[in-house]
Amino acid sequence: MPEGILTLAAAAPKIDTGNTAFMLLSAALVLLMTPGLAFFYGGMVRVKSVLNMLMMSFISIAIITILWTLYGFSIAFDTGNGFLGGFDWVGMRNIGLTEPFATFNIPIYAFAVFQLMFAIITPALISGALADRVKIVAWSVYIALWATLVYFPVAHWVWEPNTGWLFKLGVIDFAGGTAVHINAGAAALGAILVIRKRVGFKKDPFRPHNLPLVMLGAGLLWFGWFGFNAGSWLGADGVSAVAFTNTQVATAAALLGWLGYERIKHGAFTTLGAASGAVAGLVAITPACGSVSPLGAIAVGLIAGVGCAAAVGLKYRFGYDDSLDVVGVHMVGGIIGSLLIGLFATGGVGQTAKGLFYGGGLHQLGLQFVGVGAVLGYSLVVSAILAFLIDKTIGFTVDEDVEVAGIDQAEHAETAYDYAGVGSAARLASSSDSSEAPASGKKVDA
Amino acid sequence: MKLITAVVKPHRLDEIKEALQAFGVHGLTVTEASGYGRQRGHTEVYRGAEYTVDLVPKIRIEVLAEDDAAEQLIEVVVKAARTGKIGDGKVWSIPVETAVRVRTGERGPDAL
Repeated sequence: MPEGILTLAAAAPKIDTGNTAFMLLSAALVLLMTPGLAFFYGGMVRVKSVLNMLMMSFISIAIITILWTLYGFSIAFDTGNGFLGGFDWVGMRNIGLTEPFATFNIPIYAFAVFQLMFAIITPALISGALADRVKIVAWSVYIALWATLVYFPVAHWVWEPNTGWLFKLGVIDFAGGTAVHINAGAAALGAILVIRKRVGFKKDPFRPHNLPLVMLGAGLLWFGWFGFNAGSWLGADGVSAVAFTNTQVATAAALLGWLGYERIKHGAFTTLGAASGAVAGLVAITPACGSVSPLGAIAVGLIAGVGCAAAVGLKYRFGYDDSLDVVGVHMVGGIIGSLLIGLFATGGVGQTAKGLFYGGGLHQLGLQFVGVGAVLGYSLVVSAILAFLIDKTIGFTVDEDVEVAGIDQAEHAETAYDYAGVGSAARLASSSDSSEAPASGKKVDA
Repeated sequence: MKLITAVVKPHRLDEIKEALQAFGVHGLTVTEASGYGRQRGHTEVYRGAEYTVDLVPKIRIEVLAEDDAAEQLIEVVVKAARTGKIGDGKVWSIPVETAVRVRTGERGPDAL
C-alpha cells in the first residue's frame, strides 16, 4: 500500500467512481486466482486425489468469505493497535456507502471485498504442501484458525495504514510478498514438519496426472494476478500501470529463468517448469511491483525463476514432504522479491524509498529483512502449533491405506474421471427425487 | 484356427488395419496396453525429480485366422508394424479350439 498518497490527502477524499470500478474489477480478477490455483495444484497430483486438491481451494473460498464478513475484515483493517485491528466493523456493520477507506478515494466496501480475495487465496496456497493426505474437516478447521490467528493480524501489520506496525516501520509490501506468499509458504512449512509425509515419499514417483490442467491453472493465475498487483495501488493511474507492467515483465523473465536452469540441469524444457517459473515470477514481483522499474523487474524475475527452480529440490535433501512445492515457490519467491526491493527500489515509482543500487544504502534492505523475518517466524510457529493440536485431537491426516486407495473416494465419495463404462459400472443405489430405487440386481441401462 | 496377437506401437495401428483389410481379414479386436521389452522405458523430469517410466503405451491387436492363412497373416502384420527401431513389438499365434458367431451360432471357420 502506498505511502505517498497518505500525505497528499489530509481531508477525507471524495469517492472516485473510476477508481472504485477498477477496484471491483480487480477484486473479481483476484477471486479467479483461487480456482486457477486449484487447477494448477489439481493437475500436479495423481488421478486419485485431484478432487480433494480442488476442494481444498474451493472450501477456502467459502470459509474465509464467511469469516471475513463476521470479523476478519474488522480485525485486519479497522484501526485498532499495531498488532490487531479493532472491532467496529464486525459483521460489516458501521460501514457507510460513501465513507472512503482511510485516505483513499474508494468506498470501504470496495476495499473490503478486494482484500477478501487476498484472504481467500492465502490459505488456499498452503493446500499444495498437504496434497493427497489431509482430512477435509481438519483442513477446514486449520484454515479457519490460521486465518484468524495469522492471516488477519499479519494483513493488519503489513497493510493497515494508520497503525500496522510493519507498515509504520516502512517495510514495503506492495501486494503481498510477506502477507500472502511468505505467510502461506511458512505456514505450509510449519504444518508439514508436524504431519506425516505422503505414503511413498522419496521412493515412489508422484507423476502429475494432467499437465494441461497445470498450464491452464497457471494461465488463470497470471491473468488474475494483474488485479492482485495493479489493484493493490487502490486506484487506476500511472503507478498501477507500472505495477501491471512489472508483473508481466518479471513473470516472463522468471519463466525463462526456470526453463534455462532446467535445461542446463536436466536437459529438457518442461511445461511444468514453464508454469512453475511463471508463478515464481508472479510471487517475487508481488511485493516489488510498485518499487522497481521494468528493467529491475527483469532482474527480479530472473533471480526468482532460477532461485525457485533450485529451491524446489531442497525437500528431498532435508526430507520434508512439501508435496507441490509451496515452500520452494511461495516462501522462497516471496523472500526473494521482498528482499530485492532493498536493492532495486528506484524511489521513483509508487514508493519513495530507494534501494542499494539507487543510492538508498542498506536502510530499506534492513527493513525488508525485518518484515520477512517477522511474518515468516510468526506464521511458521503458529501454523506448526495449530497442525500439532489438530493432529492430536481430530487427526489431521487420513489413514495410510485410505491415501493409497485414493482420498477422493474416502473424503468426497466421487471419482474425478469416468474413463470407461465397464470400469465404472455404476449402479443407482438411491436417489433423493425418486422413492423407487431400481430393484437390486437389475441392471440400469445408462 | 489360430489366434494371432500383436503387441505393437500405437501409431502403426492404421497401417496394420489397412494391410489386414487388403489381405481379406474381416474383423479384429484392438485394446490399449502397456508394457516393455528390450526397449525398457524412458526418463521424465518433474521439477527436477527424474522418474524412469518402465511401461510404455502399446496396442494389442487380436485376429482369428484359418490355419493355412495364419503364417501369411503374421507376415502381413509384421511388415505393417515395422519401423526398424527398438520397441516395434511382438507378434505370436496360438491354436484355437473353437469360435462361435454369437448372432447365428455358426462355428469354426464359418464364424470368422
